[in-house]
Amino acid sequence: MKTDVMEVCLLAGKIMLQSGAETYRVEDTMMRIASSFGAKESHSYVTPTGIMFSIECEQPTKTKLIRITDRTTDLHKITLVNSVSRQISNKELTLQEAYQSLKNIESSTPSYPIIIQVLAAAIASGCFLIMFKGTWDDFFPAFVAGGTGLITFIYAQRIVPIKFFSEFVASLIIAILSWIFVYTGWGYELDKIIIGSVMPLVPGLVLTNAVRDLMAGHLVSGLSKGAEALLTAFAIGSGVAVVLTFI
Amino acid sequence: MVVEQLITSFIASAAFGIIFNTKKASLIKCGIVGMAGWFVYFTMTSNGIDPVPASLAGSFVVALISQFFARRYKTPIIIFNVAGIIPLVPGGLAYDAMRNFVESNYTIGLGLAAKAGLISGAIALGLVFSEVINQLIRKAKLPPKVYSKSRL
Repeated sequence: MKTDVMEVCLLAGKIMLQSGAETYRVEDTMMRIASSFGAKESHSYVTPTGIMFSIECEQPTKTKLIRITDRTTDLHKITLVNSVSRQISNKELTLQEAYQSLKNIESSTPSYPIIIQVLAAAIASGCFLIMFKGTWDDFFPAFVAGGTGLITFIYAQRIVPIKFFSEFVASLIIAILSWIFVYTGWGYELDKIIIGSVMPLVPGLVLTNAVRDLMAGHLVSGLSKGAEALLTAFAIGSGVAVVLTFI
Repeated sequence: MVVEQLITSFIASAAFGIIFNTKKASLIKCGIVGMAGWFVYFTMTSNGIDPVPASLAGSFVVALISQFFARRYKTPIIIFNVAGIIPLVPGGLAYDAMRNFVESNYTIGLGLAAKAGLISGAIALGLVFSEVINQLIRKAKLPPKVYSKSRL
């Protein structure tokens, strides 16, 4: 099977965008790959939900569009694609080899199992509690609530693939758990426990990407990512608010 | 007290590295970036400086160190940036604002929300500042032709 330059570029762009890379990085990577494989000129238009890419060569100009539906955060994949693109620029990979290694990256699974991720979220929640001037007595409640929040988020996402809803449910569970801890006397400061525990859900990556895209002149991507961050913050806020109204 | 803050911010930032699926070798660097940013923010706020300029300084330091790491280890800057920024995100203020809205204290809530917005803006500004400085340094070092395509 003969691989096309177009396929390699689009695959690289698709993996990067789905892993949460900034728009300018996706465009830049695709154009670098195209020019290293001898395309005279290439144009890319990337938004968070789709990629349009066009290559000018000896044959008539080719243009393709692919749709991106699901986006997660996987910084490892971004690093891997970045290094493949570096290798291509240094002429260390042929077209076929590049395509194969990108395929391998696409099908690779996250390097940390869910249990480790949940533990990390739990520990991070406890640490945030201390950073927000909480007491060590509240470390354990925040640890449990934060971990449970991430588990809820992951499983809710599997049942109903609407991010907004999963975040709402997760923060709802966090608020209920925190309240139970305080009510039964295991925890003391409800506010600080909740703040620490929702931190793993906070849209930090989307927010920084939105700003960087806006500054780089990708206005459409920047604004839509900003809207995504705002929506996430709103989901978390309303989940907590539901519980607070009943206390 | 400061030691406690340093250790927790280091662990929290590294843990975020795991949630975002950063490879193991980068986790400690993520922790260092987050710790440095939080240290700047914490010392400034505990000396009576307003959180807004403190966040600006914190995110500036985060972006500066991230750029150094990104250049040194040839990895995308986003890996270090994101984990470092997380502690500075005004989650607590946003929470307080929302709590006041829920309890019908709209005036207090609006004030807090405005403050959270300002801090987010300050974080963004800090990131941009250090990127501008970084580009200026590169411009001074490299012949102009190499950087016709500016890379933020």
